[in-house]
Amino acid sequence: MATGDEGMISPADHIDPVPRRQFVELVLGSGVLATVVAFVYPVLRYLVPPKELDLGSDAVVAGRVGELKPNSGKVFRFGNRPGLLIRTAGGDYRAMSATCTHLSCTVQYRDDMQQVWCACHNGHYDLNGRNIAGPPPRPLELYEVQVRGEEIFVRRRREA
Amino acid sequence: MAISHSNGWMLPGGLLGCLMLWAAVATGQTKNSCLDCHSNLPEPLGVTQEKFSHDIHAQKGLTCASCHGGDPTSDDPDKAMSRKAGWKGKIDRKQIPQLCGTCHSDTTYIRQFNPSLRTDQLSQYRTSVHGKRLALGDTKVAVCTDCHSVHDLRAPTDSQSTVNPVNVANTCARCHADANYMAEYKIPTSQFAEYGKSVHHEALVVRGDLSAPTCTTCHGNHGATPPGFASVANVCSTCHVFQAQLFDASPHKEAFSSAGLPGCVTCHSNHGILHPTDELIGTDEKAVCTQCHTEGDAGFVAAGKMKQQLVQLAGAIDGADQILSRAEQSGMEVSQASLDLVQARDVLTKARVTVHSFNVARIESEIKPGMETAAKDYDAGKKAMAEREYRRVGLGVSLVAIALVLVGFRLYLKQIES
Amino acid sequence: MGLLRGLRSWLDERFGWDALIAPLRKKTVPLHRFSYWYFLGGITLFLFIIQVVTGILLLLYYRPGASEAFESVQYIMTRVQFGWLIRSIHSWSANLMIFTAFAHMFSVLFFKAYRKPRELTWVSGVILLFLVMGFGFSGYLLPWNTLAFFATKVGTEITGQVPIVGRPMMIFLRGGEEVTGATLTRFFGFHVAVLPGLTTLLILVHLLLVQRLGISVPPKLEAEWKASPAQRREMKFFPNFMLRELMAWYVALGVLGALAAIFPWNLGIKADPFVSAPAGIKPEWYFLFMFQTLKLIPPKVWFIDGEVIGVVVFGLIALLWLLLPFLGRNHPSRVQRWITGIGIFALAYMAGMTVYGHFAQ
Repeated sequence: MATGDEGMISPADHIDPVPRRQFVELVLGSGVLATVVAFVYPVLRYLVPPKELDLGSDAVVAGRVGELKPNSGKVFRFGNRPGLLIRTAGGDYRAMSATCTHLSCTVQYRDDMQQVWCACHNGHYDLNGRNIAGPPPRPLELYEVQVRGEEIFVRRRREA
Repeated sequence: MAISHSNGWMLPGGLLGCLMLWAAVATGQTKNSCLDCHSNLPEPLGVTQEKFSHDIHAQKGLTCASCHGGDPTSDDPDKAMSRKAGWKGKIDRKQIPQLCGTCHSDTTYIRQFNPSLRTDQLSQYRTSVHGKRLALGDTKVAVCTDCHSVHDLRAPTDSQSTVNPVNVANTCARCHADANYMAEYKIPTSQFAEYGKSVHHEALVVRGDLSAPTCTTCHGNHGATPPGFASVANVCSTCHVFQAQLFDASPHKEAFSSAGLPGCVTCHSNHGILHPTDELIGTDEKAVCTQCHTEGDAGFVAAGKMKQQLVQLAGAIDGADQILSRAEQSGMEVSQASLDLVQARDVLTKARVTVHSFNVARIESEIKPGMETAAKDYDAGKKAMAEREYRRVGLGVSLVAIALVLVGFRLYLKQIES
Repeated sequence: MGLLRGLRSWLDERFGWDALIAPLRKKTVPLHRFSYWYFLGGITLFLFIIQVVTGILLLLYYRPGASEAFESVQYIMTRVQFGWLIRSIHSWSANLMIFTAFAHMFSVLFFKAYRKPRELTWVSGVILLFLVMGFGFSGYLLPWNTLAFFATKVGTEITGQVPIVGRPMMIFLRGGEEVTGATLTRFFGFHVAVLPGLTTLLILVHLLLVQRLGISVPPKLEAEWKASPAQRREMKFFPNFMLRELMAWYVALGVLGALAAIFPWNLGIKADPFVSAPAGIKPEWYFLFMFQTLKLIPPKVWFIDGEVIGVVVFGLIALLWLLLPFLGRNHPSRVQRWITGIGIFALAYMAGMTVYGHFAQ
């Protein structure tokens, strides 16, 4: 923070004052511009909402109406785990975790037995997720199903 | 009618009698004079009221006399324990099954209490090793009361019952783990200790999973007989269906029966069944395959190949899992890849069952999609890590810009201050 | 530059712009070997501005509420473009801001800038410090993860220890008897509405006072300069000091960016009120010294609860801190030396307890 000493010859004097000022302004200007861009760019990208809608409260679109025939099922993605959406022979929808409680294989819906079945060690669950035969020690966690318009929403059961 | 002096006792006497009857009915207990004395006697004659209260027979309204005979309404020991009243005294061990069977084999009688209760226990018992030996005069074998207890006999569903599935092994072990007691029978007494180490014990006794087997599940309870070597596999296959089916279709089935080896037990043991790992299969000394197969034979080669397949997939899954975890911890979005990895794990679990077919080609075809999935997920992990690098680069760029600004400010300041 | 001049004359014709900023043009900053410490207040202000900006951006995606908060933060971190950057900058800047606020307060203390006529500046500053810590406490809960949940539980529990008013205060803070989704909603309200409003107001008061009263100089130096006025050196605030301050702000920005990119703030595990607290729950570092002190007080001192004593003592110290400039007005220099001594002790104590608390089980 010192003031310059007048009268002393320094190497800087050999550079013409006007181009020097322009050089400084160039450096400063481009630096500021660069930083402003570096900060504004992420913010602008941030403001644009992502394509995957955040439905919050663990609700996921498991399928569309008409996608499943009665007495059939499909595995869908529920957060980080697989879920099973079943359309019973009577036409109503059930949803439950598709992770077998025995050794975590992915279960499937068997239309010939109208039960949920695990191919790894022959575990059987009924349509309420209860473990009814084979090694699984616990039932499958049931989820809540809501049909809104054309879409079938599945969410975790709310505690009371 | 005038109340004369001689009839004076009728009214109070009648009242007292009514009172007693009412008391007896109200408390729901038929008089049981046996307990009045025997609750104060020392072992082995002693049965306390408290102990007897747990007994299911007592809870259903039966008394000592129901089994031992005699007159439970009389307080006079001679009258209560008279032969005329049908008193049997201590029941001889050889007679116990018969005695229990008088009710428990009578469907009409049992129906009053529990219509779904079985009534074939006695006939089953007679086919068992215990029943047969008892018929020959061996009183050391188990009779009904040895397993079910007596005087505080609880229903099997009661968690404290000696025949509740969780407690069954302890009950059998009372004899079958006692080397001295069992010395003359020349059968091993290590089963209980072995079972204690097993995965079935861990599931049933430790975790309370009632689908896991205990002694009676495989050996039967009333008709208790060890399965012969030819039929052991049938026992296991009641639960382990796939493995049994694959095994039966495999070359081992024929080979084992002609060599006199029991299926399942040869590799997995019968009582001390440990949790199987990939180490069980293969060509090193810890693997069971080398018990029969040696270097050069087809089985040896197959074992090596199968082991290699399993290890390969397990390794690929592990590698993908590691890189995905690292990416996730750095804040990257990898949930889809983590979900896909679950499928690869499914393949591995299934392949470990398919091992029982001992068919290398089959295992290879199952493992292949698993390897592909694991490779895909590993790539996803690598991409996530690359994104992480991209952030570092972005940071570097902004830091350069900031440095530029700082330099610019410095120069500008120098300029305006000189 | 011509554009700027044109804009200035436009504003001047309508707002009297030149007359308005004239005092600013004349403002000077004393120049001495401790002048660098003058940056701290400005950096704290800068970080506050960063918090407001990133906070507003986060508000576009964050959802308060026990069933959605964690997921919305996860969404920001993983799905929103540069969401990880905004959130990490917000979290790091919060910590940095608390640090610079404390540093600013201690430097003002040691340079005795609180002395007359700047007592109110000090008072408003201390209140701002408390508000900033309130920001930290309320904001910490918002991601609704396990650590935050239990830290809030412990923190509000301690508040409940204050005699008489403690329990009503705790229920007010928690929105009920326990920490629940209602607490989250309440803390959210505090964090984005109540505290920002109060803080902005106080910052304006604080800055106004600083403008009106000028920058203070340490007493010894002041005496020197009074004796020989020629030694006095000043720097123009605008543009010289301001440019230097901007440089400091850019450095802070660079540090923030580096921290956010290299150490992104983690998500944690979603809070579950029915799970038992994990072992070794600790509050964030800026509360650690108080937490550790409370842990060291014996459970009962005479007949009074140890925690109550701790809380009351801290409360009294806070009050003392607030009223520091008004103590011992009759013997200013002696009291000032005492205050410096207490300040050194406080700094050492806080630093030591923080380190201890960090490594303690």
